[in-house]
Amino acid sequence: MLDLINKTISEGPLVTAFAFVGLVILISNFLGKHATGGRVAGSAIAVLAGLALAWVGGAITGKAKGLADIAQFSGLALMGGAMMRDFTIVATASEVRVEEAKKAGWLGFIALVLGTILPFIVGVGVAYAYGHRDAVTLTTIGTGAITYIVGPITGAAIGASSDVIALSIATGVVKAILVMIFTPVFARFMHLNNPQAAMVFGGLAGTVSGVSAGLAATDRRLVPYGALVATFHTGFGCLLGPSVLFLGAKAVFG
Amino acid sequence: MVILGTALLAACYLAGIAVGEGIALLIGVKANVGGVGIAMMLLIACLHVLQKRGIYAPDMEKGVTFWAAMYIPVVVAMASTQNVIVAVRSGPIALISAAGSFAVCMLFISLINRVIERAHIASAPLAADSK
Repeated sequence: MLDLINKTISEGPLVTAFAFVGLVILISNFLGKHATGGRVAGSAIAVLAGLALAWVGGAITGKAKGLADIAQFSGLALMGGAMMRDFTIVATASEVRVEEAKKAGWLGFIALVLGTILPFIVGVGVAYAYGHRDAVTLTTIGTGAITYIVGPITGAAIGASSDVIALSIATGVVKAILVMIFTPVFARFMHLNNPQAAMVFGGLAGTVSGVSAGLAATDRRLVPYGALVATFHTGFGCLLGPSVLFLGAKAVFG
Repeated sequence: MVILGTALLAACYLAGIAVGEGIALLIGVKANVGGVGIAMMLLIACLHVLQKRGIYAPDMEKGVTFWAAMYIPVVVAMASTQNVIVAVRSGPIALISAAGSFAVCMLFISLINRVIERAHIASAPLAADSK
């Protein structure tokens, strides 16, 4: 009997993922409504539950893809992979009201510039405080604080060692997860309640995964506006990282 | 037909990603530059044209809105495949620079959003979510 269930589940990984995620969201919505009296959005609990499950998966398998590394849940990797994430983000554009987006296009750009430079400065500062002094290491860790893709791409371009690149990726992953968890918590503080604010948030908070999950957990209707800007974040960071930012770090730290 | 909506969405996605790769190639960057954002703008433009001509049929719309509604489930699946172990075990440099940069960015977000609210650049807050 157990074998039969196991075989069925293993042969339809994506369908299993649909059913499983549906169950997670069902439970999360129930908890949101009844355990927190509607104060915490069901989707915020669902994202947290996803992260907790990823921790369980990683702890069991010792691999990098969370719950998806367990064979029965491998469909989650496809369902939650970059392709489906980007495909559904594009679909949310059908809800964008053009007048709203136009109002803040220039603001989005300013946010994008700040969202690239500020994390870099913080990352470089922390690495410096921990005794790193060469420009390559500082730049690689600093760009990791922008997103976990900008870090390794910059590191590879300027010849950083693999342990520094690993540290840079870890920095970006930690940041993405912090953004996912704390965006709904600090939404009121950030005045994250209108389309233009979401665009500013998308540019400054960076990392598509962090922004998309954070906004989903805050207010689903803000997602397309934040995503519209955030999707430029990685490309912009990869443009500045090995060039302007590296040269800047080199000028300051030799 | 529902598939027409999904096909249009797919076409916008592919075209956007391709343009993003093209820009990356042009400026010598090793990552897609805004492909998804460009795809979003393409979809907005296409839907605008279809609506204007009155040929955006309701069941075609379903082929787009279904995927938009699948967005949160996909994000939950994405969360469940994050490398949380690495994040938890990473040393103080990763943790402090990640938390520090998010904190600094939040301050700026809060500041800018307060300014644009005062200057009436931002729209009024969205009404409470009905769902």
